[in-house]
Amino acid sequence: MAGPMHGRQGHGHGKGQGAKDPKKTLKRLMSYFKAYKGRFVVVLLCILLGALANVSASLFLKALIDDYVAPLLLQAEADFSPLLRVLTTMACIYLGGAVASFTYNRLMIGISQNILQDVRNSLFAKVQTLPVRYFDTHTHGDMMSHFTNDIDTLRQMLSQSIPQLCSSGITILAVSFAMLTTSIPLTLVVVLGVFGMLRVVGTLGSKSGKYFLAQQQSLGKANGFIEEMIHGQKVIKVFNHEETAKADFDALNEELRANATRANKFANILMPIMMNIGNLLYVVIAIVGGTLAITGVTGALTLGSIAAFLQLTRSFVNPISQVSQQMNSIIMALAGAERIFALMDEEPEPDEGTVTLVTAKYDAKGELTENDSDEHTGTWAWKIPQDDGTFSYTKLTGDVRFFDVDFGYTEEKLVLQDIYLCAEPGQKVAFVGATGAGKTTITNLINRFYDLADGKIRYDGININKIKKADLRRSLGIVLQETCLFTGSVMDNIRYGKLDASDEECIAAAQLAGADDFITRLPQGYDTLIDGEGGQLSQGQRQLLAIARAAVADPPVMILDEATSSIDTRTEAIVQRGMDGLMYGRTVFVIAHRLSTVQNSDVIMVLEQGRIIESGTHDQLISEHGKYYQLYTGAFELE
Amino acid sequence: MIKKLFSRAREYKRYAFLTPLFVLLEVGTDVLLPLLMARLIDYGIDGSDLGAVWKYGLFLLGTAALALLFGVLSGRTAAVASAGFAKNLRHDIFYKVQDFSFTNIDHFSTASIVTRLTTDVTNVQNSFQMMTRIAVRAPFTLIVSFLMVLSLSPQLALIFLCIIPFLALLITVLVRRAFPLFEKVFKTYDKLNNVVQENLRGIRVVKSYVREDHETEKFATVSGEMYALNCAAEKIMAFAMPAMQLAVYAAMILISWFGARLVVGGNLSTGQLTSVFTYSMQILMSLMMVAMVLVMLTMSKASAERIAEVLDEVPDLTAPANPVREVKDGSITFHHVDFSYSKDPNKLALSGVDLDIHSGETVGILGGTGSAKSSLVQLIPRLYDVTAGSVKVGGVDVREYDLEVLRDTVAMVLQKNVLFSGTIKENLRWGDPNASDEELVRVCKLACADEFISTFPDGYDTHIEQGGSNVSGGQKQRLCIARALLKKPKILILDDSTSAVDTKTDAAIRKAFREEIPNTTKLIIAQRISSIQDADKIIVLDNGRIAATGTHEELLATNQIYQQVYYSQQKGGLE
Repeated sequence: MAGPMHGRQGHGHGKGQGAKDPKKTLKRLMSYFKAYKGRFVVVLLCILLGALANVSASLFLKALIDDYVAPLLLQAEADFSPLLRVLTTMACIYLGGAVASFTYNRLMIGISQNILQDVRNSLFAKVQTLPVRYFDTHTHGDMMSHFTNDIDTLRQMLSQSIPQLCSSGITILAVSFAMLTTSIPLTLVVVLGVFGMLRVVGTLGSKSGKYFLAQQQSLGKANGFIEEMIHGQKVIKVFNHEETAKADFDALNEELRANATRANKFANILMPIMMNIGNLLYVVIAIVGGTLAITGVTGALTLGSIAAFLQLTRSFVNPISQVSQQMNSIIMALAGAERIFALMDEEPEPDEGTVTLVTAKYDAKGELTENDSDEHTGTWAWKIPQDDGTFSYTKLTGDVRFFDVDFGYTEEKLVLQDIYLCAEPGQKVAFVGATGAGKTTITNLINRFYDLADGKIRYDGININKIKKADLRRSLGIVLQETCLFTGSVMDNIRYGKLDASDEECIAAAQLAGADDFITRLPQGYDTLIDGEGGQLSQGQRQLLAIARAAVADPPVMILDEATSSIDTRTEAIVQRGMDGLMYGRTVFVIAHRLSTVQNSDVIMVLEQGRIIESGTHDQLISEHGKYYQLYTGAFELE
Repeated sequence: MIKKLFSRAREYKRYAFLTPLFVLLEVGTDVLLPLLMARLIDYGIDGSDLGAVWKYGLFLLGTAALALLFGVLSGRTAAVASAGFAKNLRHDIFYKVQDFSFTNIDHFSTASIVTRLTTDVTNVQNSFQMMTRIAVRAPFTLIVSFLMVLSLSPQLALIFLCIIPFLALLITVLVRRAFPLFEKVFKTYDKLNNVVQENLRGIRVVKSYVREDHETEKFATVSGEMYALNCAAEKIMAFAMPAMQLAVYAAMILISWFGARLVVGGNLSTGQLTSVFTYSMQILMSLMMVAMVLVMLTMSKASAERIAEVLDEVPDLTAPANPVREVKDGSITFHHVDFSYSKDPNKLALSGVDLDIHSGETVGILGGTGSAKSSLVQLIPRLYDVTAGSVKVGGVDVREYDLEVLRDTVAMVLQKNVLFSGTIKENLRWGDPNASDEELVRVCKLACADEFISTFPDGYDTHIEQGGSNVSGGQKQRLCIARALLKKPKILILDDSTSAVDTKTDAAIRKAFREEIPNTTKLIIAQRISSIQDADKIIVLDNGRIAATGTHEELLATNQIYQQVYYSQQKGGLE
C-alpha cells in the first residue's frame, strides 16, 4: 500500500541557498569544539608558535643583512661568530616552528575527525527519533545529502578552512606588528593596498559564492534525476526510452557544466589577481621606500629595512590570498551546517507514555508479577505506575478497541471517521477494502506511527497514549507489504526481529514462515549475503523473509499488512498454517487483497472511504449479501 | 588512471592543453619578478638611483600585468576544461549505463552507479583541475626557481640539490603508506551511505521493531571505522608539511651561512642574496603544492578507478551485424532453453524449456515463489540472453533482431515497476511519445485506469511523485499496463502486474484485452488462478522447469501443483 497521499517536497529543496544566519551557525559549530577545549587551546598555541616562527623568518632577513652581513663587509678580518650564534638561534626557532606545525596538524586531525564523527552520529541518532510523518514529507535523496554533501563540506571547513583561518589571522597580526616596528609610512601603504585587495575579494567572492551555490543547486537537480533514472533503469530499457533519458540528462548536465564553469572561473582567477595586487604593492613599496631612503626623509629606513619590509609584504599578502581561497568552502560549509542543524532541531517523535511492557509470571498467590529471570514465560504484562510510586500489572491479552476514532494525514482530509472496532484476545481480525479505504491507516494508529485526530484507542483497557512507544511497538509484530531488508546475511535479517535469537531460533522461525525451503537452496544457505534491495531474491522470497523476521520476534500481537501479496497461494497456505500455530491464542490483524487470505478470520471488517461498513465472519458476511458478498462474488470492484 | 579518463575531455581538450601553457607563461613571468626585485634593490635602492627604481619598478609592473593576464587566462581555461571534462565523464557514464543490459545493471548496484556519477565524478573533476593548474605550476616553479638560484649562485644551489631528493623520497614513502588507507576510507563511505539509505527506506521496519538503538549502533560502528581510517590516513600525511618546512628552513640557514661568506668574499651582492631567499620561499611553496596535489591524486585515484569500472564494462548483449528490422507476428518459440543469471551452467534458473506460443494466444504462467516465472518471460524481449538453446519471436531468433525493434514489439510490464516524477500523461507517453490525448484515454480505459484518473482533480495532468508514491499499488499497476499498451505491441507480457488489482477489475482488463487487442499475444504471470484460468494455454513452472502445459480444465484434471494452487484459493469458498 502506498504511503499517505499528501505532497512530498521536490528534489534539491534547501540546496543552493546560503546560510540564513551564518553567525549563529558558526557559533553553534564552534560549540562542538568545547569538548576538545584543552586540545584546541594547544592547537591555537601551536598555530601561534608556527606563525611566529614564520614571521621571524622574514624578520631574520632584515637582521641578517643589516646586522650581520653588512658589518662583515666593513670588518678587515671578518668575524663570523655572531652570525653563527644568530643562525643557531634561528635554527632552534625554525625547529620549534616545524614541531609546532606538526603538533597542531596532528591534533587538529583528531579534533576535526572527532567532531565529524559526533555530528554524523548525533545526526543519525536524531533521524531515528523523527516521527514517521517526517519521512513522508522529505525525500530520501534530500535526507541522504545531509550525510554526504553537507558533512563533506563540513569536513573541508573543519580540517582545512578553520586551521587556515587561524594560522592566517595570527600571521597577519604578527606580520603587521613587525611591519609597524619597521616602518610606519610603508605600513600605511600596505594597509591601503590591502583595502584594495579586500574590495576585490568582496566583489569576486560574493559573485563566486553565488555561482558556487548555483552549482550546488544544479548538482542537486542532476543527482535527483540520476537517482530516479538509474533506479528505473530496467523500465527505461523495456520501453526503449534510452534516447529520451539521454536527452533529458544532457540538458541537466549542460546546465551543471555551465554553472560549474562560472563558479570555478571566479574561484580560479581570485588567486592570480590577489598575487599580482601583491606584486603591485611590492613595487609601490619599493618605489616609496626607495624614495624615502634615498631622499632620507625619515632617515631611519635602511637598505636592509626595505628588503625586510618587502619580504614582510609578501608574508602579509600570502595569508590574505589563502583566506580568500577558503571563502567558497566556508560559504558552502556554513550552508551545509545550517541544514544539518535544522534537521537536528526537528521535533522528535513525542513519547509521553509511562506504561511499560514486561514479561510476567504468576506468583504463589496467583497474582501477576514481573518476571525477574531471563527465562521467557510466554506471558507479558503492562507495568503501570501508580500515583503512590508502586506498580500495578495488567496482563497483555491483545484486546484492542477503537472508540469513535477520526484521523487524517492532513487536517483538511479525514481518512478514517467514526471508527469503532473491537478485537478480542486471540482473534484474527481482517480488514478488507479498496486501496485508500484506510486499512493500513488503522494499523498505523495501533502502533502509533501517527496520532489520532479524535477518539480513543484502548489496548488491554489502557489508553495507548499512556504506553511507552517503544514498548507498544515491541508488543506488535508487523509485516509490511513493502519488504525492507538490510545488507547482511539471511540469518542477520531474520535475527533483526530478535537480536539475541540463536541460530536455531532463526531457522525455526524460517521454517514456520515457509522460508526455510528456499533459503537452504541458496548458494550459502543462511549465510548467503543479500543487499538491501535484495536483488538476488524474488519479491515473494523477500516477503517470506520478512515474515520469518516477525516470527522470530514472537510478538503477542501481529499485524500482517499485505504480507503475502507476492507469495503464491500454495506457499501462502503453508505460511498461514505456520503463523496460525505461532499466533494461536494471540491477536492478529490481517490486511489483504486476496479474499482467500482472510477467509478464515474471526472478524472481517469491510472498510469504505474511512468507515467500517460491515463486520462479521466470512459466513455471516456472505449471508448478509452486502458489500463483502459482492466482493467475493466479483460483482463489486474493490480498487 | 586519470590519464585513461583524460581522453574523454574531447572538445575541452583544447582548454585542457591551453591551461598548462598559460600556467607555464604565468610561472615564466612570475619567476622574473624576484629577479627584477633584486635589480631594483641593487641598482635602485643600493645605488641610491631613483631613476633605476622607477625603471625596474615599471618593468616589474609590466611583468606583473603579464603574470596577471596569464593567471586569469589559465584560471578560466582550467575552469572550462575541468567542468567540461566532468560533463563529458557524466555523459559517458550515463550513456554507457543506457547501453547496459539487465545483466550489467545487476552487476552494479543502483546506489553504486549513482555514487559513481556524482561523488566520484566531482572528485575526479577537482583533481583534474589541480592537475592542469598546480601539477604543472608547482614542478615548473620549482625547476625555474632552482635554475634562478643556480644562475645567482651555483654554490648555494648545491644546498637544494642535497635537500630535494631527500624530500622526494619522504613524500613517496608517505603517499605509498597513505594510499591504501584512503582506498579503505572510500569503501567505508559506501558502507556508511548504504546504512543510511537502508535505514531511511526501512524506517517503518526500524520503528516497528524498536530497533532505533540497534541502527544507531550499527551506524556508529561504521562511523567509528571511518574515523579511525581517516585519522590514520591523515596522520600519515601530517608528516609531509612539517618535514618539508624543516628541510627548507634548514636550507635557509645554510644559505644564510654560506651566502654571508659569499657576500663577504664579494661573490654575491646583498640584493642577490635577498633574491635567493625569495626563490627559496618559492621552492618551499611549490614543494607544499606538490605534496597537496599528491594527496588529492591519491584520493581521487580510487574514484577514477570506480568510474573506469563502469566505462570498461562490456554490454553483454551484442547487436547482430545485419539486424532484422521487422517482427512478422507475435509467435514465440523456446527451444531447449537453459538460462543462468551468472552464465554458469551449474546454476541454472531455467533448464530445458521448450515452448510454442502462437500469435494472438493468451498464455497464463503459474508457479511457486522463486520458480523462475520472471526469468522465463524476460528472455522474450531479450532482457537477458539464453545460456543455451534459443528463443524465437515471429520465427526469428531474438538475437537476430534490432533490439529497439524487438522491444517495441514486445511490451513488458515488470513486476517491480516504476513510475517517474511527472504528470500521468508524461508517464504514459513513455509508451508512445506521439500519442494523442484520445489515444491515452483509450488505453487507460483498456487498463481500467481511466476510471480513477478522471476522479483526480487534475485528471491526466496529475503530478506523479518520484516512484509513484502518491498513487496506490493497484493504481500504479494499471498505469503501468496502460503505458505498455500504448506501444501497440505484438506481444504483451504482464509479470504479476495485477496483483494489487481486485478480481473484478482484473477480469475487466482481461476482457478488454480479449476484445480490443485480440491479435496481440498475451503472456500473463499471476498468483491468482482467476487471472489465468480462461487463457488458451497455461504453463505451470516448478523450480525452473515446465511441469505441465494445458488449459485450465486439463491441468485441473492432471496436474498436482495446479490442483493444489486451485484448491488453496478455493478454500473457505468451498468449505
